[in-house]
Amino acid sequence: MDKTWNNKAWFMVLPVLLLVAFSAVIPLMTVVNYSVQDTFGNNQFFWAGTDWFTQVLDSARFWDSLVRNLAFSAVILAIQIPLGIFIALNMPRHGLGVPVCLIFMALPLLIPWNVVGTIWQLLCRADIGLVGWGLTQLGFPFAYAADPVDAWVTIVVMDVWHWTSLVVLLCYAGLVSIPEAYYQAAKIDGASRLAVFRYIQLPKMKRVLLIAILLRFMDSFMIYTEPFVVTGGGPGSSTTFLSIDLVKMAVGQFDLGPAAAMSIVYFLIVLLLSWIFYTVMTQGDQA
Amino acid sequence: MARITLDHIRHAYGIRPSAPNDYALREVNHEWSDGGAYALLGPSGCGKTTLLNIISGLLQPSEGRILFDGEDVTDLPTEARNIAQVFQFPVIYDTMTVYDNLAFPLRNRGVAESAVKRRVEEILEMTGLADRANRKARGLTADQKQKISLGRGLVRNDVNAILFDEPLTVIDPHMKWQLRSQLKKLHRQFGFTMVYVTHDQTEALTFADKVVVMYDGQIVQIGTPAELFETPRHTFVGYFIGSPGMNVLPMQVDGATAVIGGERIDLGFAPSPKVAAKLELGIRPEFVRIGREGHPVRIDKVEDIGRHKIVRATFAGQSVAAVMPEEDEVPADARIAFDPKAINIYADSWRVERGA
Repeated sequence: MDKTWNNKAWFMVLPVLLLVAFSAVIPLMTVVNYSVQDTFGNNQFFWAGTDWFTQVLDSARFWDSLVRNLAFSAVILAIQIPLGIFIALNMPRHGLGVPVCLIFMALPLLIPWNVVGTIWQLLCRADIGLVGWGLTQLGFPFAYAADPVDAWVTIVVMDVWHWTSLVVLLCYAGLVSIPEAYYQAAKIDGASRLAVFRYIQLPKMKRVLLIAILLRFMDSFMIYTEPFVVTGGGPGSSTTFLSIDLVKMAVGQFDLGPAAAMSIVYFLIVLLLSWIFYTVMTQGDQA
Repeated sequence: MARITLDHIRHAYGIRPSAPNDYALREVNHEWSDGGAYALLGPSGCGKTTLLNIISGLLQPSEGRILFDGEDVTDLPTEARNIAQVFQFPVIYDTMTVYDNLAFPLRNRGVAESAVKRRVEEILEMTGLADRANRKARGLTADQKQKISLGRGLVRNDVNAILFDEPLTVIDPHMKWQLRSQLKKLHRQFGFTMVYVTHDQTEALTFADKVVVMYDGQIVQIGTPAELFETPRHTFVGYFIGSPGMNVLPMQVDGATAVIGGERIDLGFAPSPKVAAKLELGIRPEFVRIGREGHPVRIDKVEDIGRHKIVRATFAGQSVAAVMPEEDEVPADARIAFDPKAINIYADSWRVERGA
């Protein structure tokens, strides 16, 4: 079929182009600008070339943060995706249970991120927090501010609490869109519960699952607010993820050049990993 | 292969049915003989699919029993009943190849892989999908997908019956004929008991040996296509089957004569229906003659549909349809006549037997 060209179309997409330009392209270019120059104030810039990039990539601090970040994302995906699917599979399909479950699932998503951080910080404090104090009283000394393992557990549990619902809701949407005839046919074909999941539910959830994995990966990889509120990156640097490190460098130390270079590397890593996820998960579709 | 007996089956979707209207299926008592090809015909919402799902075990009837070859299977789950069912929209397992789709029901039942291979290859041959065996099922056309759905039923050699729930809805018209004749061929070859749900009378009449007409949750008539055409037991059958449907005219009876708005029509017999019954005269448009003899009539419209003409007329204040051969002309002062042999009498919508 021949496509008809209509130059008015350009006019229609212009507002979006402008919006994206101002919200993404121009700020990004500013960052690129900073990353290749040095400044000492007074709006004076000196060409720095790739120095900042070399400095960032050579620093152990960057690689440590990156490894922590990757580990965090891996843990988050490994917990939230299976758990989200499991909950979605067991949610009711009819009746009063549906709105009740949906509301409970949506609640954590509605809470602002720093509030989530504050809630969990209070909850886990060893002196007054229900969880922290309770665990300590039960003989499991719990101190997220002193013990790196406790700090990680706190942040992971908090993120699971906050974001598993998103995976649940996406998977649930995928599940309810499966026509009843598929389940009926599977019954007639004598399929086991596992086979129904493997050959009907999982393939039909694939698209939403892809979105869920991408969103959860990007979000967990860019996590900032909650660990900032709860642990501030500590104890030591055990929960200092790339974003926290970046903010320390840019705003704390005001090293704009290295921070800009790090932002760009960070951005490219997110882009690359998202692209890999997407490609791997959609490669079967063309066949 | 099995004889399927439906013993006083009633079904309601609500929890506590009280009035007859609460039942999606009012009362069905019927036996499908082994190896028969049946069509379940009726408008949407008449209970066809409900009845089908009760046979396959996807639904548990509120009341009554189902027997396969005299054995009660009412409480058996679907997978234990050995029923194959083809749905309105083709159900295929997207991620599997055509071969694996067909092998799925066998593998689920733990059949040895060598036997699976033999059966699947037979079915691939039968459905003409052999050249696509190793392709992903997802990329196929609707009719090929529907063949896979059917194939998954045929592949098991222990099937008691194959149920079809409007299987040709999403198929292109020119493929419908082809698939339907393939189905008939398979039926002749293997002799499965087949139940075919449809709301399309052509499909029902060409497919089945016996057509079961359902209306409002009950079976109103079971018969061969000829019986449904000549002696509809219920006025619904009369106008649901046939194109255009049967003319149904309110009337009074005076001995062996029908009186319709002052016109008297000889019936050839004296029906003795119950008093106070609503009486109607039914006659198929094929047996209504428009010519120079008979009763006065006003011609409203003549539709020429190629093979024949359909005349829409007003007779004694009632609209009547008649079918005329293509070459006949409608005379200027047309009159109408009814073939007495083709007249059926209905009391409260149910047919009154001659001599009854």
